[in-house]
Amino acid sequence: MTTNQLTSMYEKLGIPDAERTSGGEAKRAVIIGAGIVGNSLAYHLARLGWRDLVLVDKGPMPNPGGSTGHASNFIFPVDYSKMMTELTADSTAQYKELGVFTESGGIEVARTEARSQELRRRMAAAKAWGIPCEMLSPEGVAKLVPYVDISIIIEGLYFPTVGVVDSLRAGTLMRERAQEMGALEVRANTEILGIDLTDDGERVRTVRTSSGDIDTDVVAVCCGVWSPKIAKMAGASIPLTPIVHQMISVGPIPLFADTVGEIVYPIVRDMDTNMYERQHGGDMEVGSYAHRPIIVNPEEIPSIEESALSPTEMPFTQDDFDPQLQDALELMPDLLGDERVGVRYAINGLISMTPDGHPLLGETPEVKGLWSVAASWIKEGPGIARAVAEWMDGDAPEIDLHEADIARFYDHQRTRVHVTARAREGFNKMYGIVHPAEQWESLRPTRLSPVYDRERDLGAFFYETMGWERPYWYESNAGLLQKYEGRLMEREAEWESRWWSPIINAEHLAMRDACGLTDLSAFVVMDVTGPGALGALQHLAVAQLDVPIGRVVYTSLLDERAGFKSDLTIMRLGHDHFRVVTGAHTGMTEKKWFVDHLPSDGSAQLSDLTSSWSTFGLWGPRARDILAKCTSDDISHEGFPFATCRTIELGGVRVLASRISYIGELGWEIYVPIEEGAKAWDTIFAAGQEFGLVPVGIGVYATTGRLEKGYRALSSELTADFTIIEAGMARPTVKKQDFIGREAYLAQRDETPVAHLCTLTVNDHRSASGVARYMLGGEPIVSLEGERLVDGKGRPSYVTSAGSAPSLGKHILLSYLPTNVAEVGQQLMVEYMGESFPVTVDVVGSTPLFDPENLRVRS
Amino acid sequence: MTMTGRVLCFVEHDDAGILDPSLRALTLARSLSSSSGRSLVAALVGEASAATIESLSKYAVSDAYEVSIEGLDGYSPAGWARAVLDIVESLGTSAVVASGTERGQEIMASIGAITGLAMAANCLSASWLEAGALQLSRQRWGGSLIEDAVLEGAPALLTVASDGVLAAPAETPIATTLHDVRTVANDLDRRVVVREWIARGGGVALANARVVVGGGRGVGSEEGFAAIDELANLLGAAVGVSRVVTSAGWRPHAQQVGQTGTKISPDLYLACGISGATQHLAGCRSAKHVVAINTDAEAPFLARADFALVGDLSVIVPAISEAIRLRTSS
Amino acid sequence: MNVLVCVKRVPMVGARIVLSPDAREVDVRQLGFTMSPHEECAVEEAVRIVEQRGGTASVMTLGPGEASEQLRDAASIGATHLVHLVTDGREWDAVATAEAIVNAVRALEEERGSYDLILFGNEAADTGDYQVGIRVAQALGRPSIGGIKHVALGEGTLEARREFRGGDEVYDIPLPCVIAVKEGINLPRYPSLPGRMRAKKMAIEEIPVEWRDGSLRTERLRIPVEPRERAEILGNGVEGVPALVALLEQWGILS
Repeated sequence: MTTNQLTSMYEKLGIPDAERTSGGEAKRAVIIGAGIVGNSLAYHLARLGWRDLVLVDKGPMPNPGGSTGHASNFIFPVDYSKMMTELTADSTAQYKELGVFTESGGIEVARTEARSQELRRRMAAAKAWGIPCEMLSPEGVAKLVPYVDISIIIEGLYFPTVGVVDSLRAGTLMRERAQEMGALEVRANTEILGIDLTDDGERVRTVRTSSGDIDTDVVAVCCGVWSPKIAKMAGASIPLTPIVHQMISVGPIPLFADTVGEIVYPIVRDMDTNMYERQHGGDMEVGSYAHRPIIVNPEEIPSIEESALSPTEMPFTQDDFDPQLQDALELMPDLLGDERVGVRYAINGLISMTPDGHPLLGETPEVKGLWSVAASWIKEGPGIARAVAEWMDGDAPEIDLHEADIARFYDHQRTRVHVTARAREGFNKMYGIVHPAEQWESLRPTRLSPVYDRERDLGAFFYETMGWERPYWYESNAGLLQKYEGRLMEREAEWESRWWSPIINAEHLAMRDACGLTDLSAFVVMDVTGPGALGALQHLAVAQLDVPIGRVVYTSLLDERAGFKSDLTIMRLGHDHFRVVTGAHTGMTEKKWFVDHLPSDGSAQLSDLTSSWSTFGLWGPRARDILAKCTSDDISHEGFPFATCRTIELGGVRVLASRISYIGELGWEIYVPIEEGAKAWDTIFAAGQEFGLVPVGIGVYATTGRLEKGYRALSSELTADFTIIEAGMARPTVKKQDFIGREAYLAQRDETPVAHLCTLTVNDHRSASGVARYMLGGEPIVSLEGERLVDGKGRPSYVTSAGSAPSLGKHILLSYLPTNVAEVGQQLMVEYMGESFPVTVDVVGSTPLFDPENLRVRS
Repeated sequence: MTMTGRVLCFVEHDDAGILDPSLRALTLARSLSSSSGRSLVAALVGEASAATIESLSKYAVSDAYEVSIEGLDGYSPAGWARAVLDIVESLGTSAVVASGTERGQEIMASIGAITGLAMAANCLSASWLEAGALQLSRQRWGGSLIEDAVLEGAPALLTVASDGVLAAPAETPIATTLHDVRTVANDLDRRVVVREWIARGGGVALANARVVVGGGRGVGSEEGFAAIDELANLLGAAVGVSRVVTSAGWRPHAQQVGQTGTKISPDLYLACGISGATQHLAGCRSAKHVVAINTDAEAPFLARADFALVGDLSVIVPAISEAIRLRTSS
Repeated sequence: MNVLVCVKRVPMVGARIVLSPDAREVDVRQLGFTMSPHEECAVEEAVRIVEQRGGTASVMTLGPGEASEQLRDAASIGATHLVHLVTDGREWDAVATAEAIVNAVRALEEERGSYDLILFGNEAADTGDYQVGIRVAQALGRPSIGGIKHVALGEGTLEARREFRGGDEVYDIPLPCVIAVKEGINLPRYPSLPGRMRAKKMAIEEIPVEWRDGSLRTERLRIPVEPRERAEILGNGVEGVPALVALLEQWGILS
């Protein structure tokens, strides 16, 4: 039968012609990848009013063969990251609304004492984020999951709201909803052949597919493990790697024969063995993150036709799983040890792993209009899609995504070597007990300050920040321990003394007594220049930047909703020349924010000078004495006032000195060309000896020094979901020039705030067992009765930053508190490791506990 | 070019004539004889019917050797192989060809085992090289791959892929001379003899069915096959399934179409919810028309189908049955 | 009963097989491995026989070092002895394979008595030679039959059935014998977790073998050209049904 005959038959039968797609048309957005993320994104964009969307996948619907198709599909609601917890909560709500969520409950079991402690820490996180959970005795565990051998477990943490979802069904429903809205065309079995850019190489222009070319301004890469390959077609990078997660399904389990539906028994996470056991109908799925990390190159994932099962269900490697079989048998000996129960399915499932474990979201910094929506688990997929859709629609997403912003990476972090090394290292930590300060071990050192050798010789204990090796404290200062004995707030519990040293507190006191020299070379330094520079920066900064040349301005940058986007200093070096300095951690996302908002007429340019300038901080009562020995320039208080900057001679080099301080002391940030950095360091170091100068690590700079001064940190206190007013950083007036977030900010100023950032101190550190405990951050603040504190906008109170205040002999906690308890002297509790500790609200707002009049910085 | 040594084809036959796989074997065997000027001869066990003799003639067989084995009541792999080998050895043979059936493979393998010669199974084509070796192509992986190979040794032993070579009579038939060959079974021949043949009750035999309704993973469950059965009944069709279905225990293996199941060659294969694994494709390559019913217009199997209905097969299959019933009643 | 099963390690391929750059072998870099499907059933059958009758279910393979995985797979569903004829990874032809098996069987039988039954899969999934079992039987002087989808043990004999022209042929074969079975003879069990654990610990007897050139020499492999174009869509959902019925009429399937 020919096509013509067929067509005429259609006509005779009154059947409309089968839809055919033609290439070359224009679309508002091309969504690549029809897994949970792509389908959800299509729906959320449609919901926001987007039309002419096309969803493309090289595989068939509803299961195109990506990781969604083999996911174990369960959702545990708690993560130490607030962002991840919120994304999971939103996703769960969406799954429930779609009718594809089945609540089963879930239990994390502890086989070891260390894990038991870790579960208590998780319980605190759950409480902070408002997620119900309770500790169960082994007998309590047995009541819910009778097949667990409770003789090998110490206890279990039960989350009643854990559940499983049908992610394929959810994707189908979302896709269909978008189609029903008339917003979406779906092209299955369509391969992406290339992504063409505009002539200037800056934006996406055309997606070339096996079913024709599509012109578009917006491309969303929702391709999971294939994302790097697709992004590369546009010259961008999505730094993730496919990695194997082994899973087997065993059955038929006689106990499950009579259960109705997919799941009845709670999911068990056997945390100490990095495994989970989850009922799936008549079978038990056993999954593992314990095996050796098996990295797969995205280019080498087989095609659908070449795969025995699916591209992401790779051949099972039995040897890797054998030790886990033993562990699983140990936990569920009767159920899994039944000779009638067989391994019916076993895969090396591919999942995405990123260098820091967080998703990769947002427009790529390399190519405008190319969005990454990658490295999502099932539990975050719909939430991520909603947030990114809002972002694509031009608004700041409701959930603060900065931790997941794909722009966060430095070039070296985008290399395949880096991605795979960190993925390999991170894989076995999936269920690990990961200390908040835990450091990476692989690929170190990568970025070195010009005085790295000197620091190493001083016994620096290095932390890594975005590749930089930064001294956290110096063993050479061990001698100070004796000097400050009794004031060091030494930590007794192993957990808090991990990644910590009393030397930090000794360095702090030495700096407050005399002076400290801190290496800040990791700072991101960007110059904005040109006739449009002032206007461009005014448009971004809350603070007035039309200031005299030589002024240093500390300012916040806001998003459209007036949430914090950034917090940094800007020096005016010339009429049309500004220098922006910010922290390494957030520097690259902030850089993209600046670049994205430069005037389109080219009247302002941004140059990233991070690799040109080293920065040293010289702070303490003797800072001026020391600097005076190095320079003949006027550095008197009158001649070089606070919040000004100027080039001075320092020994045989010229440096840019900026008189500001993040630790509340007299002193300067000294910017020096990298090749002269060591010379400058040596000059200052030598000059300082007679004044008691000590090298001071980042432990003081980032924690103790700033906390005593109540200084806020971006990402900790300053996030997108709290306001300038709530952070206590509002100025009496708002500059008249327009800036991003100004309108929302003005509206906020008219509202009565429902929360205030407060400084609290711990009254009594003794635990029930008599050990002094020190909180590290993230803990819930509760009432004396143990009730969670939630403000009028539903935001819970938790510790945003915690650390020693050695000058005060106190342990400081910062937390946003609802207005009704945000009162000086208010008595509250902090929950930590399963116990409550009494705390006092010492400050409401930004007044420092140490040197409240700020006499030191202005001396 | 005329070369010595006949090409001998072992032929399976019954009262209705030569079986189709043997016609395919004869076709390939003739290509070896005609290209080299060798004569084509046939060996067959039991008396040739008139239809068989006519086919031998049509396929340009010059001489046919009808073997009767005294003391053997039915098929015996060893007995038949020995009898064929006797002819091969007595005639001076350069190649021995059989069909790729159970018996064909078995007899050729037995001859190979006795003589120590290599045997190439499931050939698609063969031609002579200098020095008497054969250049051949044969199926691997149930036909999903083709191997080009050289076979040495005389005589060359090969079987012919039943779904890879089309049976084609010679342009000019020739008269076939029949020869009686009598032999007596020995003890070894009698060790393995077919004792009886039991007919299968009910249903249409899958291998020879004119219409096959197939069901794969997409059928979803054992219960889901009720609709498939109903449609097969209405069409007078056999039911064929994919390996996933038999592995799941939804259906007996006898219904499995594929490399390790039955190979089918129907006029119509109506495949419902079948994804298209190599295993399965190997069994339905010879279907004349293929119609797929699948949830996805782009499922891999659709690349092998002529027509497709896209959608939920649990809805579409009953609708087809209903349409057929309506048509019959009206 | 002492049963020996011979199995072969083969890749698990998808809907499209990828060839190595020189087209002489299948590119297995992204593939998993299994034993041929017929052989899985042969192992299951051996295990069932031994479960009923007692005795041993030995499994032998000729293949590279990695083929021990398939031996352990067999052990995990109940094989009692594992024998590995270790090759250097080259593909052995049927004649050489049979010869190596015969030598090994003779040596093993010398040591611990005769195998009552030797099982093969009807043909290997990859090479499809259809002959190793028959060659082994011939060399050992034992009766054999292939294509078997049902066996029943009698006293000193075995009843075996295979499909033939829409029915079943029945054979009575004296033991010891060699049988090549086909998938469908049983539904093989899945390995239990304890089975896996036992298999991991089971000893494998390794027997060295020496490569021999065969007289069927592979020159290259290729993918057959599929003649069909992508399907014409008759319609979505039930809307395509009338068109299908019209086609059935046109093809003479519905009169």
